[in-house]
Amino acid sequence: MTDRRAVDVMVGAFVLLGLGALLFLALKSANLGSFSTGPTYSMQARFDNIGGLKVRAPVKSAGVVVGRVSSISFDDKSYQATVVVAMDQRYKFPTDSSAKILTSGLLGEQYLGLEAGAEEKTLGEGDRIRMTQSAVVLENLISQFLFSKAEQGVKKE
Amino acid sequence: MIGLLERWGRQVRLGMAEVGYGARFFLRLCLLIPAALARPRLVIDQLHFIGNRSLSIILVSGLFVGFVLGLQGYYTLQRYGSAEALGLLVALSLVRELGPVVAALLFAGRAGTSLTAEVGLMKAGEQLVAMEMMAVDPVARVLAPRFVAAIIAMPLLAALFSAVGILGGWGVGVVLIGVDDGSFWSQMQTGVDVFKDVGNGIVKSVVFGVICAFTALFVGYEAQPTPEGVSRATTTTVVASSLAVLGFDFILTALMFGTT
Repeated sequence: MTDRRAVDVMVGAFVLLGLGALLFLALKSANLGSFSTGPTYSMQARFDNIGGLKVRAPVKSAGVVVGRVSSISFDDKSYQATVVVAMDQRYKFPTDSSAKILTSGLLGEQYLGLEAGAEEKTLGEGDRIRMTQSAVVLENLISQFLFSKAEQGVKKE
Repeated sequence: MIGLLERWGRQVRLGMAEVGYGARFFLRLCLLIPAALARPRLVIDQLHFIGNRSLSIILVSGLFVGFVLGLQGYYTLQRYGSAEALGLLVALSLVRELGPVVAALLFAGRAGTSLTAEVGLMKAGEQLVAMEMMAVDPVARVLAPRFVAAIIAMPLLAALFSAVGILGGWGVGVVLIGVDDGSFWSQMQTGVDVFKDVGNGIVKSVVFGVICAFTALFVGYEAQPTPEGVSRATTTTVVASSLAVLGFDFILTALMFGTT
């Protein structure tokens, strides 16, 4: 009988250990702990070009994560990308805030940067951020540079 | 000429019959899972045999794989001045690939062989036939609990392997070499996704558990009931389940991480 119970205890310990390892993986090594389960409100913004922005990318203001990108779609009326973000309920932004697509570091992930405006009224559920700035596309930058160089060359002659 | 064709034809036919028989056997095992769960006693005994006894080899291997990943990852990453990404490298490679795959390979060697040998010897000793004589289905009584126990044990062992490996990588990277502790963990947490990486790793290890257990039991059940037959079956188990695990890992990786 004691043998029976010893086996049970050992199997129980094994299963607990395994589940503990899973919990460790989920909490310590992955980002389950940083999921904000708090209430959110959604806002949208239109961009000419979103570059490499992805769903679940962070929305940062002053470097602090204040929300996450919840969906990205293409609007075939204005030919722009519509980005919907889920904002943390705790943070409110003025109606004249502006959104930019920025890159963390030289080669890092892209995120949405929010810069607060000066208006009294704040953005709420379903509102749209008017002022947006697209992602910097390296190819466009290089071609602009080349064209301006070429123009200078023409003027000199 | 005709003889050659005949031989080929027979081989194809036998091969097809084997595949068909294997598939039916697999379905039969799957259908017996609820019945096996209704008798947890048997499953618990097998969990002890398969899970607890494999624990030591899984933990030690996981630790050393983590050590090596920490060292090699550090050597390569510090060349590009990004030694802080060590945590991310160690965690991603363990959770996505090495944890499930190496744990499954060790599991096939440690538990799969013993399952095959046990079932094969039961067959050789005519115990399985004796059970059938007593109107006890040997597949339900002997094989199904082992199948269920292996499927339960495999994800737990893989998770333990990954967790211990991450701790091993942390030990080498942070404690011995001196990578910054905070950025080790924070880089890991921003880069590893719960559902995409950890979740898919668990799915993988469940699939590998099914593969290893099915191969071991099927080969054991179909072994020639002689000492030679059992030894050959044991070898077949290791080779077949290792190859199947590696092949399925490629397919699963392509499906899971191919299109982000």
